[in-house]
Amino acid sequence: MSAGVELDDVSCDFGKFRAVDHVNVSIKPGEFFSFLGPSGCGKTTILRMISGFTDPSEGVIRIGGKDVRGQRPNQRPTALIFQNLALFPLMPVWENIAFGLEVQGVDKATRRARADELLRLVDLPGAGDKMVSQLSGGQKQRVAIARALAVEPQVMLLDEPLSALDLKLRQHMRAELRAIQKRTGVTFIYITHDQGEALAMSDRVGVMSQGRLQQVADPREIYNNPVNGFVASFVGEMNILRGDVEQVADGLAGFSTPHGRFRARLSPSATGGAVKLYIRPEHMSLAPDGGGENAVPVTVGDIAFEGNFITVSATSEGGQHFTAEVRNDGITRLPERGARLFMRFEPQRAVILPDETRV
Amino acid sequence: MQDMLRRYGGTLTGAFFLLTAFWLLALIILPNITLFESSFRLYLPVTEIGGPRDVYTLANYQKFINNPVDTTIFGMTFQMPIHMKTFFNTVLFSAVVTLITFVVAYPLAYYLAKVVSPASLPTLILLLFIPLWVSEALRAFAWYIILTFNGPLNSLLVAIGLLEKPIRWQNGVFTPYDAIVIGLVYTYVLFMLFPIYGSIQSLDRNQIEASEDLGAKWWQTHLRVILPHAKPGIASGSVMVFMLSAGSLLVPTVLPSTSSNWFTQTIQVLMLESQDWNSGAAYSFLYILLCSVVVALVMWLFKVKLSDIAK
Repeated sequence: MSAGVELDDVSCDFGKFRAVDHVNVSIKPGEFFSFLGPSGCGKTTILRMISGFTDPSEGVIRIGGKDVRGQRPNQRPTALIFQNLALFPLMPVWENIAFGLEVQGVDKATRRARADELLRLVDLPGAGDKMVSQLSGGQKQRVAIARALAVEPQVMLLDEPLSALDLKLRQHMRAELRAIQKRTGVTFIYITHDQGEALAMSDRVGVMSQGRLQQVADPREIYNNPVNGFVASFVGEMNILRGDVEQVADGLAGFSTPHGRFRARLSPSATGGAVKLYIRPEHMSLAPDGGGENAVPVTVGDIAFEGNFITVSATSEGGQHFTAEVRNDGITRLPERGARLFMRFEPQRAVILPDETRV
Repeated sequence: MQDMLRRYGGTLTGAFFLLTAFWLLALIILPNITLFESSFRLYLPVTEIGGPRDVYTLANYQKFINNPVDTTIFGMTFQMPIHMKTFFNTVLFSAVVTLITFVVAYPLAYYLAKVVSPASLPTLILLLFIPLWVSEALRAFAWYIILTFNGPLNSLLVAIGLLEKPIRWQNGVFTPYDAIVIGLVYTYVLFMLFPIYGSIQSLDRNQIEASEDLGAKWWQTHLRVILPHAKPGIASGSVMVFMLSAGSLLVPTVLPSTSSNWFTQTIQVLMLESQDWNSGAAYSFLYILLCSVVVALVMWLFKVKLSDIAK
């Protein structure tokens, strides 16, 4: 069983500070949805409003189509996984997992059986009698998931649960979470500031800034077609150029900058107002000569060898920094530091976006 | 030690050392040893001290089980030594005091630790502390006045129609110890409040929210999450309140009924009125021992470790 969640024009104020500002989003049943944004963007407040710990100042929240206004967290069909997990340290693992059943008055034998079943689901069979303090970080994570699943929630809410883990484990748990979500079919709403996490796990991502939802789309769309400068530069790396739009033809626009004239896609959202040109480093290529369009003469600065790719930083004569990420194919010779060459990009792969975030 | 020498030099360190040693030895250890020794000797006229009757004996301790009187508990009447009866009453009503302070202090401690806004916390704690600035004797006398026959409590209850005519509170409505229990609860409730406050405060708020999120009702959250976490604080508060109540002399003396008797009063009568320091010493040591046994038993019953209390 899973339920959809609708936020209908939801706002939340803390005194004079508006933490969440007119957010509209409809999360489908069984979807893995992430709210992605920097700290303080209001994403945790959204989670607390869905779980019932904070009341919206305006707007309506519907879970499974029903308005949940006035329902306490213990009455909502949601389960929250806290950032610090909040496992009960004085109870053994199985009692932790069965806590939600215990408070419903389920008898002990049934509780124990259900806890063991859930421990198998999260790949921790036989850990029921251990104490929480005896578990490793990843194991605690699984126990927290099992504890939340035990109450058979229709919506699972996760507040950056992987942020305390080391990189290897984090990547492993991403896949694990995704698999558990697919297996159980429960709607997952995931909060994170880590774009890699959001892109890798989610069906759809909502990017937030300053309490507002900037863009809601699937991960590819977010990465490839960001709607504004905030989304573009928060999700992944970007080369950013200031300048002015000139004539437009076939969706491509001329863009004049102090470093030269370029041609790039003009985003439909770039209507009036300040705009900038955004190019992903992996769409930059290095060229020995400056023939053709969209080429900037640069001097190579730092070269970072990352293994599967190489990051080349360079500076143009006007003092503008450019970064290119070049795949390491094993044979191409790397440019030397101080070498003079050209960085170039295809017009279709660069985009002109509105500078400011949506307000 | 090395650190102290380096910081204060030899003279000052030596002075600290000697003063502390003097305090411990001359003011605590030696008097207690003397008292302990005298508890095994008879109370004799000065001329017979050192004489043939001055021998080590357990006679002083045996007085505890002398003089049986009729005692009625739950309708059954049987014989019990009078001082033992006083001891059991003292322990029983000290336990009642401990229980009442817990019932009063726990919700207040929870409120202070987790509900109230941090901005108003200092004011509330100050308000709780102000009564503590008044001497214990004055506070006990205040209750004496409140509870007297023509006192404010009776006037108020009669005025609002809860009572038809005034009650003799001091004689005891439920037991002869009512007034003493009230006085002791008022005097020692903060000794219960602050340890519990401290232990609840250290509980991660997410634990409470997690419990609620998993469907627990408020009382289930208290029973399964907050109370177990607060157990060390409750234990140390209880031990303090129990020992202080059992050891209180002032409150039982100021707020007695005609038939109340606290064990500390028995010791006081022996030592100051009968001038029988030997028996008084014997009773004092017996009292410490028995109270410790009671505390140890209760701790064992509630599975509290000594290290929990030290936290």
